[in-house]
Amino acid sequence: MVAARINETGLRRDERLEQLKLFGLGLPAMLLILVILVIPVGWLFYVSFIGADGTFSLENYERMLKRKSYARIFQTTFEISFLTTGLCILIGYPLAYFISGLPTRIANLCLITVLLPFWTSLLVRTYAWLVLLQKRGLVNDWGISLGLWDEPIKMVHNMTGTLIGMVHIMLPFLILPVYGAMRAIDRDLMKAAANLGASPKRAFWTVLFPLTLPGLFAGSLMVFILCLGFFVTPAVLGGGKVIMVSMQIVSNIELFVNWGAASALGVVLLVSTMVILWIASRFLNLEKMTGGGH
Amino acid sequence: MFRWFNAPATETQVTHGQRLWLYVFAVITMVLLVTPTLIVVPMSFSDSQYLEFPPETWSTRWYDHYFGSPEWMQATRTSFKAAFLTMLVATPIGVLAAYGLHCSKVRFIRAAFVLMITPMMVPVVLVAIGAFYAYVQLKILYTMTGLVLAHTVLALPLVVIVTGSALKSYDMSQEEAARSLGAPRWKAFLTVTLPQIRFAVVTSALLAFLTSFDEVVVAMFVSGGDNPTLTRNMFNALRDQIDPTIASISTIMILVTTGMMVLAQLFGQQKEPSKPKD
Repeated sequence: MVAARINETGLRRDERLEQLKLFGLGLPAMLLILVILVIPVGWLFYVSFIGADGTFSLENYERMLKRKSYARIFQTTFEISFLTTGLCILIGYPLAYFISGLPTRIANLCLITVLLPFWTSLLVRTYAWLVLLQKRGLVNDWGISLGLWDEPIKMVHNMTGTLIGMVHIMLPFLILPVYGAMRAIDRDLMKAAANLGASPKRAFWTVLFPLTLPGLFAGSLMVFILCLGFFVTPAVLGGGKVIMVSMQIVSNIELFVNWGAASALGVVLLVSTMVILWIASRFLNLEKMTGGGH
Repeated sequence: MFRWFNAPATETQVTHGQRLWLYVFAVITMVLLVTPTLIVVPMSFSDSQYLEFPPETWSTRWYDHYFGSPEWMQATRTSFKAAFLTMLVATPIGVLAAYGLHCSKVRFIRAAFVLMITPMMVPVVLVAIGAFYAYVQLKILYTMTGLVLAHTVLALPLVVIVTGSALKSYDMSQEEAARSLGAPRWKAFLTVTLPQIRFAVVTSALLAFLTSFDEVVVAMFVSGGDNPTLTRNMFNALRDQIDPTIASISTIMILVTTGMMVLAQLFGQQKEPSKPKD
């Protein structure tokens, strides 16, 4: 009896050791993330509370509240993020709906048009829009020769160009989850709705649309979060006239070498991202989206 | 034609004619998704400074300029080297982590998983300036080591997610069978589990390569000196003016990434890992 109990505790200890060993397999990856990402970002938190004289102060945050230019940067950032997300929904949702209704083989072909830009370098796509939208670019050439407008329109180095580029880059992030949600829906439900006398419109809005909401929500969240921290596309297509938070962070460091100001902006950006993710996680299963957890 | 117009298109008997707007809209959207990227290819062969389409005179002058420039060539080498090394570092440690997180049942496993995917959630600008600061302290700023480590951090979540989801649809009892027959755990993993999740591992590796190859913001801060990456140089060139050389480089980058994804498709579409039967 006693021997059996000793055996039992021994086994349990072995089991616990085994579990820890397995966990240890993740250590190299976690250590790397800690050293290169978590600790430095923690240091940025600390620096954001240090004033110009080297002591604790809130001046970096006060500056953000006082200066109009900072308010404008945050306003621009949120404006662009909302507009891009909205446009992506308006353009991406119907396309995902269209593709999801096609036979599998044709649908896969159509999906390539979504995936090709998805895996093409962000910089290449941004450059492509810069070339297409410039004063002597293709869009202006064709617009004028078709008689749509007379003078070359300024479509780049401003808000318009930034939005066009951002929507193009973000669309796959919205289309893919929505498409996934739509494919998973049993279309017999629509047949049932029609059988019970629902008009096509009503069947769509009361049966199909609610079922796609988790995918739509996940996609929109992804787009919005990515937009908040976006740098490359607004920096190139905005031509210095559209300033988002991440761009101000970069110029605070590259031009003014002001780590305090840059860190404070970074903290606000990070905290807004985390708050949005946290609120979202109360409504949907984020782990399911990223494939984690058990 | 008229018959098609009035034929039912979906389960709800809506006709093709009523849905015509959707077809037109979808086709236009798909064209707009693809063309901006692809149109760069013919444009890069234009002889003009303004990259006409279609080019009036064809020439390879922008390619000659690219291949003849020591700076661009050096940057290209740096980018390929960094991407290759990132793949070599991120794949094994990411696969190990995914396996560990999948099998272990310790209490803080969720926290560990959240840590593994933080690089995806933190805005990349913060990753960049954080790494920049850390590298000044560690004295590895503007080195290949620093660049590869930072890119590895960015690639790890992808490796863990892709490999982890393959492990989830894999039947672990196969590995247990191997172990009960006397194989040590590492041997059971290498000879039984790994061959069955190899497509996910290959996909992760390619994604890690592309993550590094396409990355701009982190490279802007931690690559430089003698080791700027291709994307860093491209970005700087874009901020100044529209340099037509970029069109030729873009074409080459499109070829590289598309080639990678075709490879991933070829590998990924073969046999799925066996699923647990229950």
